[in-house]
Amino acid sequence: MELFEKTAQELSLLMEKKEIKAEELALSVSKRMEQTKDIINDYITANSEEELLLQARLVDEKRERGEKLSPLSGIPVGIKDNICQKGTVTSCASKMLENFVSPYDATVISKLRENDVIFTGKLNMDEFAMGSTCETSYFKKTKNPRNLEYCPGGSSGGSAASVAAGSSVVALGSDTGGSIRCPAAWTGIVGLKPTYGAVSRYGVVAFASSLDQIGPFGRCVDDVALLYNAIAGKDKMDATSINFNHPDYRSFKGQSIKGMKIGVPYEFFGEGLDEGVRSRIEDAKKLLTSLGACPVPISLPSCSYALSAYYIISSAEASSNLSRFDGIRYGHRAENTKDLTDLYVKSRSEGFGDEVKRRIMLGTFVLSAGFSDEYYSSAKKLQAVIKNEFKEVFNSCDLILTPTSPFTAFKLGQNSKDPVANYLADVCTVPVNIAGLPAISIPCGTVENNLPVGFQLIAPSFGEDRLFKSAYAYENAFGGFLGTAKL
Amino acid sequence: MEYTATIGLEVHAELNTKTKIYCGCRNVFGGEVNSHCCPICMGLPGSLPTLNEKVVEYCIRMGHALNCKINRITKQDRKHYFYPDLPKAYQISQFDIPLCENGYIDAIIDDKGSTKRIGVTRIHIEEDAGKLIHDDAFRGSLIDFNRCGVPLIEIVSEPDMHSSDEAKAYLETLKQILLYLGISDCKMQEGSLRCDVNVSISPKGSDKLGTRVEMKNVNSFSAAVRAIDYEIARQKKVLEEGKQLHQETRKWDDANGCNILLRSKEDADDYRFFPEPDLITIVVPEEKVKAIKDSLPELPQKRTLRFMQDFSLPMFDANLLTENRDRGDFFEETCKNGANPKSAANWLNGDVARLLGEWNKELSNTSLTPENLAQMVKLIDKKVISNTAGKQVIEETMKTGKAPRQIINEKGLAQLSDESALSDIAEKVLSANPQVIEQYKNGKTNVVGFLVGQCMRESKGKGNPEILKNIILSKLSPLS
Repeated sequence: MELFEKTAQELSLLMEKKEIKAEELALSVSKRMEQTKDIINDYITANSEEELLLQARLVDEKRERGEKLSPLSGIPVGIKDNICQKGTVTSCASKMLENFVSPYDATVISKLRENDVIFTGKLNMDEFAMGSTCETSYFKKTKNPRNLEYCPGGSSGGSAASVAAGSSVVALGSDTGGSIRCPAAWTGIVGLKPTYGAVSRYGVVAFASSLDQIGPFGRCVDDVALLYNAIAGKDKMDATSINFNHPDYRSFKGQSIKGMKIGVPYEFFGEGLDEGVRSRIEDAKKLLTSLGACPVPISLPSCSYALSAYYIISSAEASSNLSRFDGIRYGHRAENTKDLTDLYVKSRSEGFGDEVKRRIMLGTFVLSAGFSDEYYSSAKKLQAVIKNEFKEVFNSCDLILTPTSPFTAFKLGQNSKDPVANYLADVCTVPVNIAGLPAISIPCGTVENNLPVGFQLIAPSFGEDRLFKSAYAYENAFGGFLGTAKL
Repeated sequence: MEYTATIGLEVHAELNTKTKIYCGCRNVFGGEVNSHCCPICMGLPGSLPTLNEKVVEYCIRMGHALNCKINRITKQDRKHYFYPDLPKAYQISQFDIPLCENGYIDAIIDDKGSTKRIGVTRIHIEEDAGKLIHDDAFRGSLIDFNRCGVPLIEIVSEPDMHSSDEAKAYLETLKQILLYLGISDCKMQEGSLRCDVNVSISPKGSDKLGTRVEMKNVNSFSAAVRAIDYEIARQKKVLEEGKQLHQETRKWDDANGCNILLRSKEDADDYRFFPEPDLITIVVPEEKVKAIKDSLPELPQKRTLRFMQDFSLPMFDANLLTENRDRGDFFEETCKNGANPKSAANWLNGDVARLLGEWNKELSNTSLTPENLAQMVKLIDKKVISNTAGKQVIEETMKTGKAPRQIINEKGLAQLSDESALSDIAEKVLSANPQVIEQYKNGKTNVVGFLVGQCMRESKGKGNPEILKNIILSKLSPLS
């Protein structure tokens, strides 16, 4: 087994015991990056072997000096390209920011620096995180390492594909409506969308501020816990981040889930659910039941409106957040413009792709005078109803189980003419963002064409402990997940 | 036809907090271009605002001063428009729930201290934008982001004013209150106080308001007066020509004394306000609202009226004393130390103010104390020294902090009241001015003042002028 195929947890122990050096690991991952780049198109900016080794040597030196090191030290981490890292291009997979070099670090990046991780580079995504397939990227279409004819899901498709392929050991993504969980499920890895406010958003280029959260990807539960440990917590730079006690989430490994009540909302298992997916989810439910968990039938009737509310709220916020990309200070600026308005119109028309424009137009419309009450205000009211519905339901269960996505991965280009079909990929994940809750996507096998399926566990606010406890128990009973994809 | 004008004002005041409203950058005027800005006030991708709580406190202070209802629970909203000096393409402001609303000001509108109540619709917090610098050398415009994120309060009045004089009184009152509260520097030349003017006219006696025209770019109080007078006249002319007025925004051009159309109502921006999702609800505890209220100083208009009443001062003197808080406090302290108020006011508004101007200093930066000023005023009243000598004493005590008594002793300024000594001086002056005595004999009695002045000069300012006058009169009267 190559080093890049091992989990962060294993690698961390090997380095701690000085059986391997960070430098060897960096070299292994760098070689793998070299292999994957033309096969799956995972990175937008890949750091060179030299850059990786340089970072790794510093860690090795620290260890030689006997300095106290974090379990993440020396672990190669990939970063979604909408998270600002000082001195690197943060493009959001858009022509608009093709040349934007961030002059500052996002809070999560600073935290990872403190943990002495090895930054491997910036990963592909849907443009400005808008999409479920990673195909709206201006630069490249990332492929699913489990089956190269398929997309990896989105929007954090580069992050998921990279972790699944071993071109990074763990990675950060962001999730506004399912952008971590969907690609995690479709590439057969674990992805966590934390409670809104659990991880600082400072430095993640905003798509929908009230829904965005940064979260970790890993090939096993341990790795996700390890990375989440490092990034969780209140940040004074983000007014919406919340102070809470966060334990070492790895401590939930091996704990029993006996008696845990798992709500199963029938609305998530109705029409439109792929039969292959349904059967894998049923298996997962059975396995959890065999571990002592009790399935409880529940209903979340308002969730059927969640997708509508989501597209109104997220597009409204996106239209506002993306208005700063005007070609004046940074980013794409059109040439040969005749006046200021022309400069704005041309720069934005040229700089943004179709999906982003679609959402900006939708968002501008729902906020405009005369319409905002009907659309934006109604969607916000619906959001309150959905939040409340989850709150009520959690009186009768500890967790909620749903499919992560009703389907397995789309074929590349499958819905290129039908954006709404893509929107449906998020139907199970969106309600979670609308309610601000934490949720994890856990692999539960594959269907034909080697396409992975994932199920989603949803917890009440700051119930990440329950998510990890159950995920660990499930992983152990399932006998481990898919590991690193062979290419 | 006679018309009544109706005027409403929107005043933007920059607050003088140490840091900007949403980031840690220093809040100072000027400086090298783009030297105090950061990813947050530059609106870089990924950056987030966090609210400076002082801004909320300052705004509530103003709210209390203007008798507003304070909305303890409120929010901030995004106001969208594209302009190069607005880096996020939206301004964080407040839309439907301002921090303060439904207040009023009693502005003093004449010399007798009559007041007029002017309603204050709302006061809200928001961020300032940057500044465009049009530079021909670069054949284009450059942007200075230093002002981005400077905290502002916007104070919106009810349309309660009917003349440019009333508008001016309102503006001056507002400025004085801002200064008293210590929350804004109110330097119009630095743009820290700006106003937009709304004007409409309607036939006298009509209870329906006319079509409202908004004027931007009014950069001083005197410009506000000119802009309002111009706009009232313009609107009258339009109506008298039988034409219609349109709701529109016009730009005041102070240099040419006229305004031009900026945009009509149809072209008005849709700001697409919605709650700022990057910031949390503002919740100000009840106790804090009360604590801010309790910490408010007595406000200038109230103080002016009280000074007029309690100290029998004319409005002019009282106004000067209350113009800034320190001077008013100093005056009251001086009176408490036994000085007669009118004299104390004269000294503070006269020689003290003049010297401060010359030295370019504040009262608090000199060594003058209320005790020393009171002592000097009392010594003058008791005729221990003359007013003329007082001018020397005040300058000395402002510089050194020495007590007036000590200065008088050191410099030998004590007034000469000894009749025989003064009589000798008078004799000397009279014998030196025979031609003046001739004039007196011919009925020119006002030459007495000249002779007293000569005696004062002879006594090096120490002679008691009243005694000297009597002596001279007694020496001259047998001659007439």
